[in-house]
Amino acid sequence: MSFTNLMLTVLVIGALYFIAGQRVALALRSNNAGKLHSLPHYHGVWAAVTSALPALFVLLTILIGKDLLFQFWARDYFPEDVMSGDTVDRAIALAKVANVINGISFGEVEPWVQAAGDAWIRWNANAIVVANFLVLSVSLVGGLLGYRRINLAFRSRNYVERILTWMLIGSSLVAILTTIGIVLSVLFESIRFFKLIPPQDFLFGLEWNPQFEGAERAGSGGGTATYGMVPMFVGTFLISAIALTVAIPIGLFSAIYLAEYATPRIRGIVKPLLEILAGVPTVVYGFFAALTVAPFVKSVGESMGLEVASESALAAGLVMGVMIIPFISSLSDDVINAVPQSLRDAAYGLGSTRSEAVRQVVLPAALPGIVAAVILAVSRAVGETMIVVMAAGLAANLSFNPLDAVTTVTSQIVTILVGDQEFESAKTLSAFALALMLISTTLALNYFALQIVKKYREQYD
Amino acid sequence: METIVSDSMVQNTNQVEGRAVPEKTLGEIQVDNPRMTARNVNVFYGEKQAIDNISLDIGMSQVISFIGPSGCGKSTFLRCLNRMNDTIDICKVDGEIKIDHQNIYDPAIDVVSLRARVGMVFQKPNPFPKSIFDNIAYGPRIHGLAASKVELDQIVESSLQRAGLWEEVKDRLDQPGTGLSGGQQQRLCIARAIAVSPEVILMDEPCSALDPIATAKVEELIHELREQYTIVIVTHSMQQAARISDRTAYFHLGKLVEVGDTKQVFTNPKHELTQDYITGRFG
Amino acid sequence: MTDRTYQRLDPQQAAERVKASINLRKRKETRFLWLGKTAVAIALGFLVLLFAGILSKGIPGLFQYYVTLDVQLDARQLDPSGQMTVESIAGGDFDGAILTSLYEALGNPEGRKAKREARRLISSGSSQRLMSYVLDNPEQLESMVSIQFAVDDDVDTFLRGLISRETPEADRRISDQLIGYIDALEAEGRISYEISDYLFFGSASRDAEMAGIRGALVGSILTLLVCIVIAFPLGVATAVYLEEMAPKNRFTEIIEININNLAAVPSVVFGIMGLAIFIVAFGMPRSIPLVGGVVLALMTLPTIIISSRAAIRAVPPSIRDAALGVGASKMQTIMHHVLPLAMPGMLTGTIIGMAQALGETAPLLMIGMVAFIVDVPAGVTDPGTVLPVQIFMWADFAERMFVQKTSAAIIVLLAFLISMNAAAILLRKKLERRW
Repeated sequence: MSFTNLMLTVLVIGALYFIAGQRVALALRSNNAGKLHSLPHYHGVWAAVTSALPALFVLLTILIGKDLLFQFWARDYFPEDVMSGDTVDRAIALAKVANVINGISFGEVEPWVQAAGDAWIRWNANAIVVANFLVLSVSLVGGLLGYRRINLAFRSRNYVERILTWMLIGSSLVAILTTIGIVLSVLFESIRFFKLIPPQDFLFGLEWNPQFEGAERAGSGGGTATYGMVPMFVGTFLISAIALTVAIPIGLFSAIYLAEYATPRIRGIVKPLLEILAGVPTVVYGFFAALTVAPFVKSVGESMGLEVASESALAAGLVMGVMIIPFISSLSDDVINAVPQSLRDAAYGLGSTRSEAVRQVVLPAALPGIVAAVILAVSRAVGETMIVVMAAGLAANLSFNPLDAVTTVTSQIVTILVGDQEFESAKTLSAFALALMLISTTLALNYFALQIVKKYREQYD
Repeated sequence: METIVSDSMVQNTNQVEGRAVPEKTLGEIQVDNPRMTARNVNVFYGEKQAIDNISLDIGMSQVISFIGPSGCGKSTFLRCLNRMNDTIDICKVDGEIKIDHQNIYDPAIDVVSLRARVGMVFQKPNPFPKSIFDNIAYGPRIHGLAASKVELDQIVESSLQRAGLWEEVKDRLDQPGTGLSGGQQQRLCIARAIAVSPEVILMDEPCSALDPIATAKVEELIHELREQYTIVIVTHSMQQAARISDRTAYFHLGKLVEVGDTKQVFTNPKHELTQDYITGRFG
Repeated sequence: MTDRTYQRLDPQQAAERVKASINLRKRKETRFLWLGKTAVAIALGFLVLLFAGILSKGIPGLFQYYVTLDVQLDARQLDPSGQMTVESIAGGDFDGAILTSLYEALGNPEGRKAKREARRLISSGSSQRLMSYVLDNPEQLESMVSIQFAVDDDVDTFLRGLISRETPEADRRISDQLIGYIDALEAEGRISYEISDYLFFGSASRDAEMAGIRGALVGSILTLLVCIVIAFPLGVATAVYLEEMAPKNRFTEIIEININNLAAVPSVVFGIMGLAIFIVAFGMPRSIPLVGGVVLALMTLPTIIISSRAAIRAVPPSIRDAALGVGASKMQTIMHHVLPLAMPGMLTGTIIGMAQALGETAPLLMIGMVAFIVDVPAGVTDPGTVLPVQIFMWADFAERMFVQKTSAAIIVLLAFLISMNAAAILLRKKLERRW
């Protein structure tokens, strides 16, 4: 039986045990009124769980473990030169074996590769047999053991609820596992990158010029690859700065108007409309930026006699700014509304106009929250990908001129990883190093935002 | 501070325990040389009427206290005097209120300058989250009362002196106002109101959130302020009214039942409702 | 307290100074108000610009031009073996049949060059269309039928008026001769402007006139299905645990910090993780909705958790107390009372999370949903792409018709998003309870 069918069979067996367990419990209850500890369906669930859970666990372990095990065993078939070579050679070897397994042939196949592939197919077949045997027996025996414990006094509900609790805890762990996954994958590959390229070259280098690893190895000598990330960093900074220049005034003043001046009717209409800006997918913004905004900027600039790239940072920054407006306006609106009415009353009671009350009392009181909102918006801008990929350039150009084409950290990551990937080349690994920088920056920004809110929260109350 | 109208006010029967609220206010509504006058004032929150045809004079350099059970409209009427009810959308005020013979709703008088002339102290102390100095200086600054920094400093100092707070805070003027104790905060708010040199100070139950010692200090302050300012104070405590006010007005269900000299109102009230309230038959 | 000789403004002076300040302050007030209104107007103006731009380009993209030809269905030419199966028909000469009718409609042009120009009139996918027609209507063999074929994308662009006759021929993608043919066909009433069935039922293609979003739509639906199947139970379970059962210890704190951090991570990073772990380490195939769905699920999880927690918190403690009071266990209280009451809020949050996931592009690019995929995926393990990625890929193509089709695809995407958000709002309104 294939693995999928095996899993389905386990589930069916579990269902059968549920029915059996429930029936036994019902019988017990009708014979001994009021003495059954838990409701019959709990007994049923108990039996089903004792059958299915261990079995599924075994199945999962075998599924995941077998490939890792086979990869290890396959090495016995690798010739001397592959084993003593570097990881690239071994990865290539594994890929060749994989072709054999999948029945893809690219011409001549070396005998050891064929042997390894054949062996793998054998091991896999064995694994299926072993899996079938183990999993089915575990499911049957486990269920039987559970079933036999069902009697009047058996507190199946407690057991079931405890298992349920553990499952809940387990799902909560997914969040942690995800973080670990992200950290590991990025960190791991970044470390491998930094073994090839020294960190200080990466962090402070001013030129970004990845070349094909192959070309370098072949010694074509077409210039060495440089991996200085400063141009991308500057590009990200430049575009984000333009975006914030657009978003902060518009967002903040919109928030002030909506919170302090607008009638509830206007607020009810305008606020959702602004939210729409936040809901538009970034690929749509990118398309709009590339198609409409960039040529517009270019023609306006050139009519003023300036030299404008066709993929200017200004275009990308403008559109990104529009996307961020709702972030700032929505968060600021919440913060401004949270300022207690008593402060406004005090200001009005002294004879302030509304703008004076807002400017001198409400805004200063709301300032920490607004600053936090701005920092969060910066974090969003830094992490934005599609708009810059589609509207900003791909040339790692170190420039502070908004009319030039620059590239960003996120844009480079996409460019590198969307093409062919050789996980041993510095070029591919550099994307992970860039990702590491990206994560560190966004997490640091978010941490600061949180700290600011925490520190100034007790100001009034 | 009551801004929500209770259902009890809308009863068609103007009766409490068999006593009818008078159609005409008992006692002397008018005084010689009033600072503010109110005539036929009605206030509605949407459909509900909160103030029913009240006429009253506020005498110059006097303390007048508004007393009455919860929900009788005293705070609402108080807030009419400096047009604070304008900040509530559903509130409608009609009638004539004048200060120094000028209608406060006259477009020629900007509400801004009205509120500079008629200041307010609220029930719960509400200092701005700024330094003590900036709290006091806020009013003078926005109104442009000080021609120079020196003048501003003087205004701040004199306001704090007048409020009896100067000695306690003179060395920490740059500390946040929210760091003071409750009683000090309220005196800060009084000083803040004084700083714009108002003619009238409205106080909405200023001591209800304070402990007895702070209360005593604030009452002493009110006593001293009386010479230079006209003070209107809403209070829940009859003892307080008896202690500090010259005149007393008794409100009931949105109507002004009786007004007169404090001594007379408390020892010899003209209306049964007043008597009942004072002797504690209801409250 | 003694009266000291400190400066004091008497009320008269003060009142005068206040009066003097009023005009300036009124002006400032008006300016400030207008600043606020302008900001809102600008923001809304951007919104209008964006939508106007998309609609103006996209709505024409929902249509395309077709040419109606009378094709003689000759059985020997189209189905030589006579079996009428997909395989047997593949050997038929559909191009020939179409071209014959085309030349006839054009008055039988002479010479190879003329014929070549004529061929450029119709889409290269026309033979496919004829093939499907014959398979669906075998009884029509040996008769003459009228069929609409899509015109080639350059012709389509010309017919929309985006290529001008005045441009010198060398700079145009359409020759004068071809224009002549188009005019002739138009005179005969053979050119029509219809809703593009290619857009909705065709799959990705390098030819603009044949390009469609069907594959991408199906891929999006499959990916979202995987996403919701994974994210919703996990998210709800985590929210329940954190709100109802977790003790206030270090471990719980770590989980909460993790969730908040994950909400802040850029979406690209999830794609990178998916690439490194699922594709490289686990060896799963690229570009399948299963992997895409898992990546999107992990990305949407924090959103669902946070909104579900808010929904659970909104259930008043009195309900829990009541349930516990009649002897329900903690788990029973949660399952029977709290969860059902919190469910509307959880569903709303989930729908909104799904709407966000539908529009995501970057993480799916990372796991390879970029390859040129022509077939419509039949299951979650078949290679496919999603609508936003399709839009991204089309945006690169220079042909004018692609611009319109891309905008049309955007309209479809936005329509889905708007309906999902509207559904969420409706759900919230309908099931909202006032405690």
